[in-house]
Order: sequence, then C-alpha cells, then structure tokens
Amino acid sequence: MGLTAGSTGFAVSEAAFEIHKKNERDRVIAIAGNPNVGKSTLFNNLTGLHQHTGNWPGKTVSSAQGCCSVGEQGYVLVDIPGTYSLMAHSAEEEVARNFICFGGAEAAVVVCDATCLQRSMNLALQVMEICPKTLVCVNLMDEARRRKIKIDLKRLEENLGVPVVGTQARKKRSLGELMGRLEELCASPPPKSPRRLRYTKPIEEAISALEPSVRGHFGGEINPRWLALRLLENDSSLTEEMGGYLSADLTEATERGKNILAEAGITADCLKDRIVSCIMLNAEEVCDGAVESSPESCRCDRFADRIFTSRSLGYPIMLLLLMVVFWITIVGSNYPSGWLSTALFALGDRLRDLLELINAPPWLTGLLTDGVYRVLAWVVSVMLPPMAIFFPLFTLLEDSGYLPRVAYNLDKPFHKCSACGKQALTMCMGYIILQSLHTLKKCYEFI
Amino acid sequence: MSINDIKTGERARVKGLLAHGTMRRRMLDIGLVNGAEVECVGQSPMGDPRAYLICGAVIAIRRSDGDNVIIEDI
Repeated sequence: MGLTAGSTGFAVSEAAFEIHKKNERDRVIAIAGNPNVGKSTLFNNLTGLHQHTGNWPGKTVSSAQGCCSVGEQGYVLVDIPGTYSLMAHSAEEEVARNFICFGGAEAAVVVCDATCLQRSMNLALQVMEICPKTLVCVNLMDEARRRKIKIDLKRLEENLGVPVVGTQARKKRSLGELMGRLEELCASPPPKSPRRLRYTKPIEEAISALEPSVRGHFGGEINPRWLALRLLENDSSLTEEMGGYLSADLTEATERGKNILAEAGITADCLKDRIVSCIMLNAEEVCDGAVESSPESCRCDRFADRIFTSRSLGYPIMLLLLMVVFWITIVGSNYPSGWLSTALFALGDRLRDLLELINAPPWLTGLLTDGVYRVLAWVVSVMLPPMAIFFPLFTLLEDSGYLPRVAYNLDKPFHKCSACGKQALTMCMGYIILQSLHTLKKCYEFI
Repeated sequence: MSINDIKTGERARVKGLLAHGTMRRRMLDIGLVNGAEVECVGQSPMGDPRAYLICGAVIAIRRSDGDNVIIEDI
C-alpha cells in the first residue's frame, strides 16, 4: 500500500473517525506512538494485516484499522499516525489527538522505544492525561538489550501508575502478554492513580482557576485539567472540534487564568514552550530509576561511529562499501539474468509452437511471440535480478545502521545543492535502476 | 553561546531556542527544551552537520540550525 488518493489529502480527515466493527461488543483500541518505533509492525502482527511498514518516520499517513481477537473478545485496533506529542502542532498530531479525545476508543496503547524511553514517555504521559485507560507498551526490548540498556518494567509501572508491557514487535510470541494485559485493563475500571503531569507553580495556579468552570461546561468526560490548559493556550482547533461554543463563565475564567500567567511573566507565546519543558521534566522523573544504561555499550557504538564518520576514513569506507554493493549487484545479476532469459525464451519457442499448432495467422504469432512475449521476457530477465540482489543488500546496510551515516556524511554537499543527505540513498537506488535500463537498451539494439 | 560552540565530548544545558515555526516544533519534539542536557558526539567528515546526544538518542543538527539553540555551561 503506497500513497494513494485515499490515504492522503482530504480523504484522511474524513476517514479518521469511521470505525468498522465486526461485532457490537468489539473494543476499540487506539495505538499511538512516536514515529519509527515499530508501531506499524506491532499493528500488522496483531491484526495479520499487511499495512506497508518502512524504516522512516511518518509512514502511517492515515489511520489504518484492523481487527484481532483473543478468545471470544474482538478488538478493532486503530493505528494512528506517529507523533512526538499531542500538542496539535501538525496535521498528524491533530489527527492523533482528535482520535484519542473523541474517537470513542475504549483504551489506548502507547508504543514506546525502549532504546530512547524518555522521549517516548513524553507522548505516553500526554496520552494518559486524556485517556484514562492507557497501556504503555515498551517495544524494541531486544534492541535495548543489545545496547545493554536495562529497563525495570515493574518500576516503570509503579512510576506511571498504568500497566506496562515489554514487547518485541517482530516476534509474535511476545505479543500475547500485551493482549492479556489489554483485556484486563479494558474489563476493569480505569487505574486508580495514573501519574498526572505536574507543571510549574504559575501554570498550576492558572489551571486550578479554570478547572471548576471547565468541569461545569464540559462535564467530567475529558480530563478538565487538560482542557483548561488547551483553553489557556488558545487552542482554536480543539474548541472548534468541541463545538466552538464557550459559556460566558468559562470565557471569564479563561481570562482570569491568563492574567495569573501574565503576572508570572508567561505570555501566550511562551506558554507552549513552558508546557513542553514541564512534560520533559515529568518524563525524566518517570524514567528515573527505571532505566539503566551502561556507558560501555555506547562507547562501542561511538567508536564505530567515529571511524565511519571520521575526516580521513569516512568517505573512503563509504565509497568502498557502496562500490562493493554495486559490484555484487551488477556482476552478480548477470548469472540469474542469463538463466532467466534462457528459460523464458525456451518457453517463448513453445508458445510459438502452440500458436502454429492451432493454425494462428502469422501476424498474430509474430505479434504475440516476437512482440509482446519477447519484450516482456527481456524486461523481466534484465530488470528482476539486479533488483532482487540490490534491495536485500541495501536492507542489510539499513538494518546495520550504516545508511543513516551515509546520509550524515553526505549532507553538506547535498545541502549545497538544496537537497539533503537522505537523498544520497535514493540516488543509489536510482543508479541501479539506470544501470538496468542501460543493459536493457543494449538488448534492444541486439534485437 | 550556541550549540555549535561545544567541542566533541563536551556537555551543555539548553537555555533557549531562537528558531521559529516548524523548526522550533521539531527541536522541542526531539527534546531540545529548556534545561535539557546535550552532548556533542562528533561531526561529519566535512564538519557539518554535527551529531548530538539528546534524550538518549543521537541526532544530527546542521550548523545553520544549531545557531538557533542557545546553551549554557553545566
């Protein structure tokens, strides 16, 4: 699945809230997470769907949904776009926030990156603010273990006050516990003491000034503290979403709250920054004592980095590696190309025999065998082998983490051409395709 | 003092951001908030971009963007 008309543009916002339940009793679960933490892999392994996943952020453009069931209970899982926060800065963040707020999800699963837990906690804490039933899923546990990062899931659970599960999304077995805890969470009342975000004193005072009026206006369905902050921030996209109408009492209370902030020297502009800083500090506190990383593993990684990106060795190593990959691809694909063309042309001769056998007119035989079939056979035998060799090799380099270093090394020259280092990778792919086309052109001359 | 002024291996604390719009948002997202600690872990062969350890993740920042990240000594 790529970028289709249905997965981008206007269709996204309209399709975002439509939930397709198989059964009335199905539970709707929102799956949130930072970009690039294996959210889509987890989603695919749970639902058995094959939504396209890729190792770059922002893969999930629209919110995909899929069903899975454990025993009798069915679930509708909604994969919302990967975001770092729910502050509704961008279109993705707005979709994510609106779905968690108003999408009617019974519970939310926040997928976190075990190798970078503190950053993931940011989002987890924000989701916990608006969704009473939140489950934190610490993904990439295997990767963290490899980097010798120890995560105390029990401690994390105590710090957060909501269920925490460790998973390895690529291994389906590790997902059993996740679904078990999720069912437990859905079936019981919301956790009693989830960790609440604490802000600095003036912000807290402003929130308390607003809270009673917010509770009166909106009821207790959505966390009044959270709503109060959004009102103080002048978050127009949210008020629009909620009907755009505010009572006089609430407008007055908002003004009062803003005055409290202004007295403390916090203008509307810097409030957002202050809030983000507070959330970061909260995330730091949550991770305190739960995450233990040994400097040793970092040192090993750093050492490799220093070599791969060093002034003297960076470029030679890069050129050498890319040349090896290209050499294997171009030279190596000659053999399967030969086999394929022999086999396909032999099949073509059989096709001609068959057509002659049924007394097809010569123009039809020529059109089908020399025209359509021969061209197709050439294209397949020339284009397929290089692709089948190059892409797995490139994937290996990507998994080893070398490709981001290439982008890093080449960023400056590419930036000079108004591009960015990442485009070097696209250019490598382009080179292989061009090379195949060149071979194909030679074949046509040969015909 | 901006984030470009620390040498490889040195640490500093973020004091403020001068960037606006999308870049500011992006910086806040990756953890460049007031009070956050950053460490410079290296630079690319041509000296730009440079790599920083922020919130446990290594992130490359171009010098032109780094100018907008104001830091102080720890």
